[in-house]
Amino acid sequence: MAPSGTSLAVRVRLFARYAELIGGAEATVSLPLPATVGDVVARVRALPGGSEIPERPLVAVNLRQARLEAPVTAGDEVALLPPVSGG
Amino acid sequence: MYLTRDPIAPTTLLAEVAAPQCGAACLFLGTVRDGPGDGGVTGIEYSAYEAMAVAEFDRILAEVRKQWPEARLAVRHRLGLVPTEEASIGIAAAAPHRGEAYAASRYVIEAVKKRLPIWKKELRADGSATWVDPQGRPAMVGPDQQP
Repeated sequence: MAPSGTSLAVRVRLFARYAELIGGAEATVSLPLPATVGDVVARVRALPGGSEIPERPLVAVNLRQARLEAPVTAGDEVALLPPVSGG
Repeated sequence: MYLTRDPIAPTTLLAEVAAPQCGAACLFLGTVRDGPGDGGVTGIEYSAYEAMAVAEFDRILAEVRKQWPEARLAVRHRLGLVPTEEASIGIAAAAPHRGEAYAASRYVIEAVKKRLPIWKKELRADGSATWVDPQGRPAMVGPDQQP
């Protein structure tokens, strides 16, 4: 894990309606360390079109649902998930 | 394996779970519906976070194996355009007795509805399309996140 004071580029995957809002299935956000999942969400919401994404969306880190308070580290795959509707 | 863009074949699913020790097999199909209040749905376009959907199916089936060790399961979720009346999901469950087969099948579909990162866009005869937002449904919660 990088020391405090440096910044981190996080690759964020977007799906379904959220991908349409942002205009792409992927975004990269840069944020200072230490960073949380919630910090990533805030950066994505600040992108053009991002304000309609809820403040507390479902989020996955490395293919598992994660809390907004969870830390994000280099190499993590973060994904913002609209309400799921499978089946 | 779990995800397919082809029509779901019930006989294939049933063959995958068949075993001499199983005296019960049940097949659940979830099909695309155009109900009276649905506004003329002609099909649903399914999309997924595929890597996570596979991981989540692995976790769900592991939970089933823990709870009903003798149950045998085969599941497919379809992606892409699924026309009305066709199956979007198929679950075959076999077990020595019917109680476990029904219970395992029910567990899988309820877990899928809550947890699988899959989204549907309803397509209508008038050309409109809307993302389905299952309001009132509990937020996606995994077994390790339950309060």
